[in-house]
Amino acid sequence: MIDYSYTIFIPLIPFVVFLITGLFGMKWKPEISGWLGSVGLGISFILSLITGYFYFFTNVTDHFETIIPYNKVWLSFTDKLHIDMGILLDPISVLMLVVVTTISFMVHIYSLGYMKGEKGFQRFYAFLSLFTFSMLGVVLATNIFQIYIFWELVGVSSFLLIGFYYQKPSAVAAAKKAFIVTRFADLGFLIGILLLSFYTRTFDFSILTNPNTSVFSSMTGAGFLGMSAITWAMLLIFMGAAGKSAMFPLHIWLPDAMEGPTPVSALIHAATMVVAGVYLVARLFPIYYFQTPDVLLFIGYVGGFTSLFAALIAMTQFDIKRVLAYSTLSQIGYMMVGLGVSGYGGEAGLGYTASMFHLFTHAMFKGLLFLGAGAIIHAVHTNDMEKMGGLRKYMPYTHITFLIAALAISGVPSFAGFFSKDGILTAAYHTNKILFYTEYITAGITSFYIFRLYFKIFWNKNTQYEHKPHEAPMTMTIPLVLLAVVSTFGGFIPFSDFITPDHIPFAEHMHWGVAVPSIIIGLLGIVIAWILYRKDNKIPARIVSALGEVYTVTYRKFYIDEIYLFVTKKILFNGVARPIAWFDRNVIDGFMVGVGTVTLKASKAIKGFQSGDIQEYAFVYIAGTILFVLTLLYYLG
Amino acid sequence: MIEGISIYHFLVVSTIMFFLGIAGFIIRQNLITILLSIELILNAVVINFLAFNKFLYPNELQGHFFGLFIVGIAAAEAAVAIALIINVYRRLKSIDSDKVNEMKY
Repeated sequence: MIDYSYTIFIPLIPFVVFLITGLFGMKWKPEISGWLGSVGLGISFILSLITGYFYFFTNVTDHFETIIPYNKVWLSFTDKLHIDMGILLDPISVLMLVVVTTISFMVHIYSLGYMKGEKGFQRFYAFLSLFTFSMLGVVLATNIFQIYIFWELVGVSSFLLIGFYYQKPSAVAAAKKAFIVTRFADLGFLIGILLLSFYTRTFDFSILTNPNTSVFSSMTGAGFLGMSAITWAMLLIFMGAAGKSAMFPLHIWLPDAMEGPTPVSALIHAATMVVAGVYLVARLFPIYYFQTPDVLLFIGYVGGFTSLFAALIAMTQFDIKRVLAYSTLSQIGYMMVGLGVSGYGGEAGLGYTASMFHLFTHAMFKGLLFLGAGAIIHAVHTNDMEKMGGLRKYMPYTHITFLIAALAISGVPSFAGFFSKDGILTAAYHTNKILFYTEYITAGITSFYIFRLYFKIFWNKNTQYEHKPHEAPMTMTIPLVLLAVVSTFGGFIPFSDFITPDHIPFAEHMHWGVAVPSIIIGLLGIVIAWILYRKDNKIPARIVSALGEVYTVTYRKFYIDEIYLFVTKKILFNGVARPIAWFDRNVIDGFMVGVGTVTLKASKAIKGFQSGDIQEYAFVYIAGTILFVLTLLYYLG
Repeated sequence: MIEGISIYHFLVVSTIMFFLGIAGFIIRQNLITILLSIELILNAVVINFLAFNKFLYPNELQGHFFGLFIVGIAAAEAAVAIALIINVYRRLKSIDSDKVNEMKY
């Protein structure tokens, strides 16, 4: 056995760096914080790679063991109720470890160039380290409560980074929106955890995700509203996952989260944090599969709907980061579909494998797309693609790497996205035809909108820029090139040898019957985009006017934000909050004020009695006595 | 020596004195006058004591003693009251009972 106890340093280094830069960063030159963060994360990155190598390539038996190198009671309430903190290594956590540290390392380096000279550079790096620490905590959690703790920490650091430009009202609003929406979803997550642990008496993954476990036997009986306790628990946990992964209808925060700096969008809102929901479902996959297959199917449908829905919106947006944000939603939908259609054991687990595979490749190419977009924004100082065009001449590195990422996401063969997307489509094809066709159409839309973006930025008209755009500095291009390499060749990793639901490898075969049509629809999307956007012409405008209302509705994101506003402002505020406020002000406050008023009035009325005038007292006393005596005499006599 | 004068005459005199004293106590503003009114009330009571002693228990002396005590106490009370009144005058430059209402606080 290899001693994995060094893995404790992988999350600890970013944490220590966060403390140091957070406490002392402002006293130093900004660059020191940046380099400290990057070097610290570089060490974490190397340690993760070493862990990955040891875990997957040495000491290989017929299946991958779950290793817990470190587990410690953190909060001990009673003998039975205690919360542990620890490190759990199994195929998906090692995979995520590598993904998170890779992207985070790239973003750290990239930000040295991108954020140069920004006010709050040190703060930015402190938050990045905090985020990386929290995300690694989620990934390595040994129990569901540890995941929850780090889950919230991730949410906080996401909030802080979206609101990085805190002087901009829109950034503040976006940060609040992200926090409230995910927090609302996490409420469901917490209730789910409590339900689950109430019945099973444990938080521990090693017990919960054991397929032969009997801890759920008490949960199938107890029911509420026609569904058993386990169904409710798993549904509520998925609510938390859907909030973090921005599944419909909790997706509204993600596009707005693009108000944050672009490297943050790449790290948090494309590659790592938003896939935490997928990771959570994958982590609890045995429970979903064996105990609540209905919920798993539901997850698949939610993912499928989100992916199509978001892809449609992505076609119409003009802010390049928003296009990428909706694209992220769409791709996470793919991963959810992969999990939803997956089975357990052998080739049935293809969906699970492909989902994790897509998580990996998506992190790489979407991170690359965002970093590329960041380089473009850095050069032309706008997010609006209408103000771009012909940039290929000015930014060769960005152009080529962006093209590679676009090819990868479109599923063009030999690029990474092709293999992972094909795996998901194949798994869907064998189990659920509805989801298969949804995802198949989405694949075509995906390649259309990403190449619309590509052509509009790099080809199309030759825009005259105020300042001549120039290629990004080295610190920014190096991460682009590295990620482009992974996006090109990452697809050849035989994932089914490493990551399967039951940890036993299986041999994956290429299904050309599914792959060829998906290549065709992908290329079709590219060709349409090429016709419409290669050169500046009038066709897109004509199509828009022909579509009329349909286009407007899609451009307005199907009015989901407006519906939310309607529900919160009109229904919740007017229907619930106002009456409660009225009740508070008039009934509760009224009672308290009433007590005060009565006391005040009464004291005003009787305070004249105590005049301090002795003669008045004597008069009252004597008058009273006389009255008393007379009364007495009257009754006695 | 007091033949022909019944107890009722004494009681009527003492009652008139008593209520004159009370009226003075309530109505008059000057603290000295109020003190005089109190003396009037006390003396009305003394008359009552003596009258009842004479007419009901002629061979006993309790009534007389009570009368003497009341006179003694009235003297002491007057001394104390006048001392208080002098102090009030020093503080307020007045012995008007309307001004002496600060004791309520």
